[in-house]
Amino acid sequence: MGVGITVEHVNAFYGKNQALFDINLVVQANHATALIGPSGCGKSTFIRCLNRMHETIPDARVEGTVRIGDLSVYNGTSATQLRRRVGMVFQKPNPFPTMSIYDNVASGLKLNGFRDRKKLDEVVERSLNGAALWAEVKDSLHKKSGASLSGGQQQRLCIARALAVQPEVLLMDEPCSALDPISTGKIEELIFQLKEQYTIVIVTHNMQQAARVAEFTGFFLLGKLIEFDKTEKIFTTPSDKRTEDYVTGRFG
Amino acid sequence: MTRTRFQQEMEELREKLLRMGGLAELAVDRACQAYSDRDLARCQAVLENESLINAAEREIDELAFDILATQQPAAVDLRFILAVTKINSDLERVGDQAVNIAERVMDLIELPAADLPVDIPRMAAAVGTMVRRALESFVEGKAELAQAVLEMDHVVDRMRDEAFIMLVRKMNEQPEVTQQALDALLVARNLERVADHATNIAEDVIFWVLGADVRHHAQTIAAAANQTDQPGSQNQ
Repeated sequence: MGVGITVEHVNAFYGKNQALFDINLVVQANHATALIGPSGCGKSTFIRCLNRMHETIPDARVEGTVRIGDLSVYNGTSATQLRRRVGMVFQKPNPFPTMSIYDNVASGLKLNGFRDRKKLDEVVERSLNGAALWAEVKDSLHKKSGASLSGGQQQRLCIARALAVQPEVLLMDEPCSALDPISTGKIEELIFQLKEQYTIVIVTHNMQQAARVAEFTGFFLLGKLIEFDKTEKIFTTPSDKRTEDYVTGRFG
Repeated sequence: MTRTRFQQEMEELREKLLRMGGLAELAVDRACQAYSDRDLARCQAVLENESLINAAEREIDELAFDILATQQPAAVDLRFILAVTKINSDLERVGDQAVNIAERVMDLIELPAADLPVDIPRMAAAVGTMVRRALESFVEGKAELAQAVLEMDHVVDRMRDEAFIMLVRKMNEQPEVTQQALDALLVARNLERVADHATNIAEDVIFWVLGADVRHHAQTIAAAANQTDQPGSQNQ
């Protein structure tokens, strides 16, 4: 099951440049939360603060508190420990190109020393089913490489790979921006199903996508969280003029 | 990203609705004037005007449908388009009521003139004010103007009730003017319906400007105004 995320007074920096300013936010467990805002507003930086990817950039640092369930992200938790519980899917599908479909999905478990073949088979099937890809690839699990799949299939493969380690939270950074409308529709349908088991945070440039898949939406601008509310409120009667200007396309 | 084409289409939608509002307002004015002056030519003008109103209704719906399909409007823009389609429908009904009044007047012109205990011009003035103010609230995007229209509705309701009592009494006392009294009663009822449409228009303006649903007292305008800044002026 998914867990909630609590973010308190988070500031993020790239060297001397501050990218996020005092972000406070509660992400509900087993819901999809969308983060929207113009390019450079800090939404991707924010999502990367949730799984400690931000600090992988030289000179980058984070201040503040992030709790994922009972786990304190910046207080004694190792990145490896954290990422077992927080999966991530990126803008561009990034399957391991030389590995088979099966090995792509099993890679996380194998890296953790998991060797039981029968159990691995079960996990691979369950994860590919969870990512709505099983029916399309079940006959070529070992024959085809991850890179031989279509863009939409590759993205679902990456989702399956993330699900295989049974995370509680799934972070998605513009997961559909490189996909056609049909593949996008499949991923959105998948997000809808996945939130029964996982907590999902999705960064998207596509506002209609946020409106379609997320129960909650946060609007970022210039590194600040301007408004966070139920999605229907953000897209029908936002409280802040800046949010309204953005969702109506008056800037951004 | 200023979405120039979208803004142009929204402006076009607004202008079309205002033109339609002008046509509907004119139809009611003409019908009421025809009642006062027993003027057949004005009645005919109202009947001819109706096809223009109907055509305008279809044009507005078509444009609103196109914008919804192609531009995916959100927030204040989405509320604006929903409000326009509903106001459009109310204005078309206002046109229908004007036609009903004109038909009653044509009937009255055929009958001997009778002294009836009902002040239709006074009621027409009150209803005309409501329609005008409702349209002004749309032009200005001001919820407080729309609120003033809502407050006038019960005044017109009372006028209709009084007209009903007085005219029924007249029919009992002077059965020979029953037909005329019945026509006048129907005119009063048509005017009251026009006032109801003006009220609906005002409610739709409040929804557009504040995002508040004040129909059937679902939400008070004061509570809604506290929640939201008035953004309607952006579509001016």
